[in-house]
Amino acid sequence: MIQIENVKKSYTSEAAIGPLNIEIPKAGLTSLIGPNGAGKSTTLLMIGRLLDSDGGRITVADMDVSSSKSKDLAKVLTILRQENHFVTRLTVRQLAGFGRFPYSKGRLTNEDEEIISKYIDFLDLTALENRYLDELSGGQRQRAYVAMVLCQETEYVLLDEPLNNLDVARSVQMMEHLKYAASEFGRTILTVLHDINFAAKYSDRICAMKHGRIAAFGTVDEIMKPELLTDIFETKIEIMQGPYGPIAVY
Amino acid sequence: MLKNAASQMAGVGSNPLRHHHNKLWTWPFILAVFAILALGAISLFTGVYDIRGQADGKEMFFTTRVPRTLSLMLTGAAMAMAGLVMQLVTQNRLVEPTTTGTIEWSGLGLLSVYLIFPAPSLLLRMTGAILFSFIGTSLFFLLLRRIKLRSSLIVPIVGMMLGAVISAISTFVGLLFQMTQNIESWYIGSFSNVQIGRYEYLWIIVLVTVLIFICADRLTLAGLGQDVATSLGVNYNRIIFLGTALISLAVGIVAAVIGNLPFLGLIVPNIVSMFRGDDLRSNLPWVCLLGMGTIMTCDILSRVLIMPFEIPVSLILGTVGSAVFILILLKQRRSARTPR
Repeated sequence: MIQIENVKKSYTSEAAIGPLNIEIPKAGLTSLIGPNGAGKSTTLLMIGRLLDSDGGRITVADMDVSSSKSKDLAKVLTILRQENHFVTRLTVRQLAGFGRFPYSKGRLTNEDEEIISKYIDFLDLTALENRYLDELSGGQRQRAYVAMVLCQETEYVLLDEPLNNLDVARSVQMMEHLKYAASEFGRTILTVLHDINFAAKYSDRICAMKHGRIAAFGTVDEIMKPELLTDIFETKIEIMQGPYGPIAVY
Repeated sequence: MLKNAASQMAGVGSNPLRHHHNKLWTWPFILAVFAILALGAISLFTGVYDIRGQADGKEMFFTTRVPRTLSLMLTGAAMAMAGLVMQLVTQNRLVEPTTTGTIEWSGLGLLSVYLIFPAPSLLLRMTGAILFSFIGTSLFFLLLRRIKLRSSLIVPIVGMMLGAVISAISTFVGLLFQMTQNIESWYIGSFSNVQIGRYEYLWIIVLVTVLIFICADRLTLAGLGQDVATSLGVNYNRIIFLGTALISLAVGIVAAVIGNLPFLGLIVPNIVSMFRGDDLRSNLPWVCLLGMGTIMTCDILSRVLIMPFEIPVSLILGTVGSAVFILILLKQRRSARTPR
């Protein structure tokens, strides 16, 4: 469970986030949605201890993220940001192997190698595992980063806009993988998504943010309501029932 | 697709292990080791003094030739490693001790030691050089964190400007206290003065190599950036501090014993990266070997080109290095243009 109590972050007097109070239950895929500047990424970064909060308390699996040892947290939660420009030339397999760092500190055991193989196969990267990252397409590279994050085998996986720069096919594929990782590997995945319909189709829960506050949190059906979404995005949004569930039309 | 994935998962246990770490003792590596040994032998027998004909040839051989060849190998490895670690820490391919001002800072350190202590010992000079290169490199890294626009070109430009300012200060101080000769001879790094009793501190480089090898994976992680490193439980600031300390140690020692050796840290890691990627642990032996080979080749050239005189090796390194620098730039532009 991710618990956020009275968490605040202030940039300027106008742009401030919080106080945030939310409990995100274990397991399943939770999406953070909301307009630009609502504080989705900031919230995610604070949970992932990449950004310090200015007050309040965040615990992940009963560990306080600001006071727990980073190397202990690395076995419980992992976070992947949206912009990854690596100058470092690594192969897909080497990158994924770094996901095992919290356990093996770089000395990979046979068990580590099996885990790496497992996630590389899972993300359809088997044929590419010895290719360098700079030789891959954007979608392939994104999957390689996700492979690294999954190799960390943490209970909690935080992803900041994993669909950024991916086309529809690549996005569907990525969400299928994440959904599968949540249901079959029992991971708790928290992800920032821009596309409401991707969030609706693949999430177990949706958390909507606006102006640095949590506007609504609930199941897909609870959030996919025209008045609620219209209010959050300040744009006329209708909900239709599609073949795979509710669809937002704007 | 998911069914497919699920069936793949089921078969995981029976798959043979697929290891990814590059093997070290491959044929190319063995050949490279022999090539380095051959270069070392050539270096031992290159020189104006005829060590086989003269009566004191053997003594000469052990007083100057052996120390020179050993110090060539050690400094070559040191500068190449310093460049590599620096490139990981800054996440920039064009960075090395001469493009970050580190060398200029160690020069200022040497000068300061000369100013404060009359006739300073080598240990004192070395300490000054290490201390100043540490301060300078830390300053550069702090400056980098404040710069938003971290395009690959901005970083070395900032470093070179910083270096130019520092070397201007050194020159000014040198002129003020009539020590310009000290600086000028220092800026032209050369191995012609190396002899027994004057190079032994270079052996500390072996220790630096071991330390870099121990921290190899952490340093590679630092190369993936603060966020990835933190997410994997590594203390990013601590590893940057450690990297800076190791760089300063290597550069400071070389600066005090030999002098300014430009571009070695740029050429070698880039060539190794092109062929073998950036897994530091498995690349380190290659970087050391190639560093040794490059500087020995340049030094042998420096001794034979205008025999019986000697060209400073830094001159040859500078020429070769600038050419490689431009080549890397052009290659980067090309790969940036081609659509992925």
